[in-house]
Amino acid sequence: MDEYRDKRVIRGLLAEIEKKARFILEPVKIMEVCGTHTMTIHKFGLRKLLEEVGVEMLSGPGCPVCITPNEIHHAAIELVTGRKNYILTTFGDMTRVPTQHGSLQTIVPASGSMVKIVYSPTESLEIAKQNPSKDVIFFGVGFETTIPAIVLTAKFAQEERIDNYSILSALWIIPPPLRAILESKDTKIQGFLYPGHVSAIIGEEPYRFVADEFGIPGCIAGFEPSDVLLAISSILDQINEEKARIANEYSRVVRPSGNTKAQALMDDICETKDAHWRGLGLIPESGLMLKKKYSQIDAETKYGLNIVYRSSDLPGCRCGDVLKGKISPPECGLFGKKCNPDSPHGPCMVSFEGACLAYYKYDRK
Amino acid sequence: MCLGIPAKVVQIDDSQEGKVEYLGTKVKTNFSLLEDVRKGDWVIIHAGFAISKLNKKEAQETLELLREFAPTLEGLD
Repeated sequence: MDEYRDKRVIRGLLAEIEKKARFILEPVKIMEVCGTHTMTIHKFGLRKLLEEVGVEMLSGPGCPVCITPNEIHHAAIELVTGRKNYILTTFGDMTRVPTQHGSLQTIVPASGSMVKIVYSPTESLEIAKQNPSKDVIFFGVGFETTIPAIVLTAKFAQEERIDNYSILSALWIIPPPLRAILESKDTKIQGFLYPGHVSAIIGEEPYRFVADEFGIPGCIAGFEPSDVLLAISSILDQINEEKARIANEYSRVVRPSGNTKAQALMDDICETKDAHWRGLGLIPESGLMLKKKYSQIDAETKYGLNIVYRSSDLPGCRCGDVLKGKISPPECGLFGKKCNPDSPHGPCMVSFEGACLAYYKYDRK
Repeated sequence: MCLGIPAKVVQIDDSQEGKVEYLGTKVKTNFSLLEDVRKGDWVIIHAGFAISKLNKKEAQETLELLREFAPTLEGLD
């Protein structure tokens, strides 16, 4: 992998980008859709280097922990504080997201109940098998990269008749918010850096509307610094040639048709629903839920949860505007002062894919 | 969540479970989301699942493309 980080390669690519950006009058605004791209861009100092050659990077809604609204956290907190003998499992980042009702790390669970951090959804299923007298709820969050792994546990649970297992789902699909961002016109975006591993699952086709309907270029990118720069170079080519398409720089991992086995699995287990995104609000068909045949594994149905969405970010937190690319993290009044990694006021400062944490760690003045 | 470092398959059984070697560590991995995975293949793992197989030919082509941007780069395979 050394070549992908070699300074000489990076310099060569930046020189190429500078040459191509020169033909475009104003700084080119490109949105990176994936939180791990945000981390690569900051960690390797690419944001400043790109600015110097006329390319401005904006972070998009690419961090699943960040775009999950507080109301779903409230439902998770309610389950584990209000009911005895419940085990709520989830990914580590999710436990630190601050809400009006505290975070999963600060609340006090009911007697016999607890919050457990897992690395893989299958661990949650194991916990359910090992604790037959307790209800185990996996608070599963993710984009298309993670969704197949999460929903596969629903299938396993049904096949193996693990009745004490269910999923509180926060499953998001990436193309609809891109449409919402383009239609809102809050931000003028000239190109998208498409997420590498979401694309490994969905392939190229779901982004077609971005090029065909909006005439906006884009390129699927890997996660090494030279991957990101190669993709930006391709986007600039498309701008200069006035030919928007879906380029794929990450062809070593992403097939044009994606992972068809994972797609078939998602189609079999899930159906789309209109979903609420932090900052972006209600987006048609932007979320997935378990189909009726899995309703006994859907925690919302199983426990009769009624999740009502209203804007419930903590006072002053502008994660919503950061996720739309409307502001960059330092423009938020709380950034680096009241809000920091030790005392986060919003999920963008919590998650390793969050734009605020990336700015705080690598670009704080 | 989306680390892009490939991992090598070191063990796989009929139930599509096994292990990959990832940055020197052996990690339990589920291969149910892929077709035809074999020992020795390189895969991308995410949340305990292999989600994509690495295409060596495409990887080689990307490396060659990168070399074009750094003509002084030699001895890289």
